[in-house]
Amino acid sequence: MSEFFTSVYLKEDRCMGCINCIKRCPTQAIRVRDGKAFIIKEFCIDCGECIRICPHHAKEATYDSPEIMNNFEYKVALPAPSLYGQFNNLDDINLVLTSLKRMGFDDVYEVGSAAEIVSDLTRTYVKNNKDKWPIISTACPVIVRLIRIRFPNLIDHLLPIYAPVDLAAINARKKAMEETGIPSEKIGIIFISPCPAKVTAVKSPIGIEKSEIDGVLAMKEVYTILLPYMKKSMKEVEDIGKAGRIGVGWGSSGGEAGALLTDNYLAADGIENVIRVLDDLEDQKLEQLEFIELNACAGGCVGGVLTVENPYAAKVKLKRLRKYLPVACTHLNPVESDDAYWTKNVLYEPVFKIGQNMKDSIQKMAKVEQLNMKFPGLDCGSCGAPTCKALAEDIVRGAAKQEDCIHILRNYIHKISDELSRLDNKK
Amino acid sequence: MNDKIVLKYDVDSDDFTRAGEASSSVKRKLKLMGVDPDIVRKVAISLYEGEINMVIHSYGGTIEVIISQDKIEMILEDRGPGIKDIELAMRAGYSTAPDNIRSLGFGAGMGLPNIKKNTDDLKIESKVGVGTTLRMIVNIP
Repeated sequence: MSEFFTSVYLKEDRCMGCINCIKRCPTQAIRVRDGKAFIIKEFCIDCGECIRICPHHAKEATYDSPEIMNNFEYKVALPAPSLYGQFNNLDDINLVLTSLKRMGFDDVYEVGSAAEIVSDLTRTYVKNNKDKWPIISTACPVIVRLIRIRFPNLIDHLLPIYAPVDLAAINARKKAMEETGIPSEKIGIIFISPCPAKVTAVKSPIGIEKSEIDGVLAMKEVYTILLPYMKKSMKEVEDIGKAGRIGVGWGSSGGEAGALLTDNYLAADGIENVIRVLDDLEDQKLEQLEFIELNACAGGCVGGVLTVENPYAAKVKLKRLRKYLPVACTHLNPVESDDAYWTKNVLYEPVFKIGQNMKDSIQKMAKVEQLNMKFPGLDCGSCGAPTCKALAEDIVRGAAKQEDCIHILRNYIHKISDELSRLDNKK
Repeated sequence: MNDKIVLKYDVDSDDFTRAGEASSSVKRKLKLMGVDPDIVRKVAISLYEGEINMVIHSYGGTIEVIISQDKIEMILEDRGPGIKDIELAMRAGYSTAPDNIRSLGFGAGMGLPNIKKNTDDLKIESKVGVGTTLRMIVNIP
């Protein structure tokens, strides 16, 4: 598996080669080359913005088909809390959980219940690590990937605790093995995800050795399968919900930070806003905070590209569902907390670096500046790069040429035709 | 062959929305050049502090950043009231920023001390009623 696995991919036959995605990408990871979009894997953080913006639906996320369930003797569903916000007029989470069992899962382990354990551990970690304030949440895999390639000085601030879904997977597997005696390889732990970044986190985890998740289903697909079961399940709803107000709250922005029982936090959502916060944090402008919750999607996980409902409507629904739940149900899910800390260090990946060493970098940077002066500065995207500056960098990296700029090309053609006509006149 | 890069920026006074533009731009370029993250941090912080000082106190000025193999030199030159007592200005917590600036969360008197902490060399020349020039150097080991 390559170090830079990405779950977002291009459906080439649908791509028109327009500039919507290259303009929207927050890490400038997309170029249009030979009339088709091309994702630079090293730069991509799997935020899904290109999937959202593409008018031709040419960008897709990798996820598993529900048929993956057939590969296992015993299947456990891990529903993300955002799932509960997708349904109209839902007043009992158990209805969703029961329906998951009806659609073929043998058991359900809520990600929200693992989230409450993570909240518990985070509270302790924040208290014991004042020198690392503000601590940055790591539940959103996009954030960890973004920091790893762009904010090396903030790596130390990352919360080194399993994301709720990974902890849920460990606990669910343990529980399944204990209760059924079925060997681990015959147990399928299957996550119902609001976003493609979680797929990446499973296939190419950061901070942990290996994910315990065997499959990732798209929330939008599970939603369609669940709907008919929801009606049928209404009569015999099983009481299996084990996530409280805190766990369900993780589904939308502010839920994770709110669970820390301090006011000294910031919660930002939407990738552009997140980058602004990280930039300010890097310049030491936000030093006084204890905790920073960041979600790449607007609204938090309910805003994931694999969800169905409008994120703000889903947020309201989650709020309504949480109302009559106990604050937390962690007592129902005892866990050895040592299992929940990251085992691997996160390393800076300077993917944007243009030179081999300082001397080389100076040469190349000077060339970038020089090229940049030559370009019109319109950032029109016609060359396939998102900005004139990005084109200049591409040229210096050897991945593009000056004539890709249609304005430079036009001037060049004018010059040639002028010279030709001058030659013609001389005859 | 280039052995250094010179970057130039204009700074307007009282424009808080644009304050930090120069430091962000320099930060981005240094990262692109693969400069050690710790050096980038020092440069970004000292440049940002200097830039904010120009926005708060001066009538505007220019920033010049010279990146070479062994050091990053930053020259911040402004037209403005100048600093009456440089020694006092260097003291942590001392500030002449007016109340309206302080209410924005600036003017805590940590600017120059923070620059001092993050640079390997700092020279301040100032003429009252004319302006101030800061020369700061962060070495690349």
